[in-house]
Amino acid sequence: MKLISEPYVLLTITVGIYWLTKYLQNKTNSVFLNPILITIIVVILILESTGISYSTYHESGKYIEFFLKPSIVALGVPLYLQLGKIKKQVIPIVISQLVGSIVGIVSGVLIASWLGASKDVIISIAPKSVTTPLAMDISSTIGGIPALTAAMVVIVGIFGSVTGFKIMQLFKIKNPISKSLSMGTAGHGLGTAEAMAVSQRFGAYSSMGLILNGLFTAIFTPIILKILGII
Amino acid sequence: MIRQLFVILICLALGETIVYFTGIKIPSSIIGMLLLTTGLQLKIIKLKWIKNISDFLLDNMVFFFIPPGVAIMCYLDLISEELIPILSAILGSTILVLLSTSFTHQILRKIKFKKRSSNKK
Repeated sequence: MKLISEPYVLLTITVGIYWLTKYLQNKTNSVFLNPILITIIVVILILESTGISYSTYHESGKYIEFFLKPSIVALGVPLYLQLGKIKKQVIPIVISQLVGSIVGIVSGVLIASWLGASKDVIISIAPKSVTTPLAMDISSTIGGIPALTAAMVVIVGIFGSVTGFKIMQLFKIKNPISKSLSMGTAGHGLGTAEAMAVSQRFGAYSSMGLILNGLFTAIFTPIILKILGII
Repeated sequence: MIRQLFVILICLALGETIVYFTGIKIPSSIIGMLLLTTGLQLKIIKLKWIKNISDFLLDNMVFFFIPPGVAIMCYLDLISEELIPILSAILGSTILVLLSTSFTHQILRKIKFKKRSSNKK
C-alpha cells in the first residue's frame, strides 16, 4: 500500500487544503476562491493523478463525513434562537418559504426533464436549493445520487451568492428583509454568508430562509416527485 | 463535552428510530433538528448543554461535506454528458426561487402593514 493512501495522510491533505483555501479566501475576500469547491477539485486531482480510487479515499473521508448529520441536528439551535422573530411575522415568512421551496423543486425538475436529463439526474436536481448536508440526505432518501446533488448545490450557492442581490435589484425587490430571506432560500449557506457580509440582521433572516427551505424541501420533495410521476 | 455530544446524538438516534418505525421519507437529521428545537423550547434541554458543540458543528458545517463532494469524481462522465440540462435547470431554477420568494414575502409584508395601519385609524 502506498503511503499516500493511508487514511491519516489523506485526512491531513484534505484538512490542509481546506485550511489553506479558507485562509486565502479571508485574505483576498474573493467569492471564486470558494474553499469547498477548491478543496474538492484539488483532492480529486490528487486522487486521479496518484490512481487512488474513491472507495480508498472514503476510508479516511468517512471520519469527516460522520459529522454531517450531527451538524444538521445542530441547526436546531439557531432555529430555536430565531423562533421569537419568526413568530412575529410567521405568515409572510412561512408562505414565502413554501412558495420558494415548491418553485425550487418543481422548476428544477421540469427544466431538467424538458431538456432530456436522465432520471438519476432529475432526482438529484430536486433538492439543489438547500444546504449541502441536507440536500445530500434528501437526495439519498429519494433515491438520487448524493454526490451529484452536492456538486449542484455548490454551483447553485456560488451562483446565488454572486448574482442574488443584483437579480432582485433588477426586478425591483426593495424590502431588505425579503431580499436577505431569499438569499438563504435560494443560495443556502453561501447566500447566507453573502447576506451576513451586509449585516448580522440580514444574515439572521437569510439563515431563517436556509433552515425553513431545508425543512420544507425535505418534506415536499418526495411528495412533489411522486405527483410529477418521477419516483 | 460528552454530555453535549450525547444530547446531539440522542436527537439523531430518536430521529432514526422515528424513521425506522414509521417509514417516513424525511431525513432522520431533520427530525433530530426539530426534536432539538422542541427540547430547547420546552426547556427539557438547556442551551448551555449544547452551545459549544453546536457552535463547532455549525461553524464547520461546510467542511464536513467535502468527502461526499469528492465522490463527484465517480460521476464526471454523467455530468459532462448532461451538462446543458443540468446547468439550465439549476441556474434557471435558482433565479425563479430568488424572485418568487422575495416577491411573495414583500407583498405579504405590505398587506400586513396596511392592515396594521388601517386598524389604527
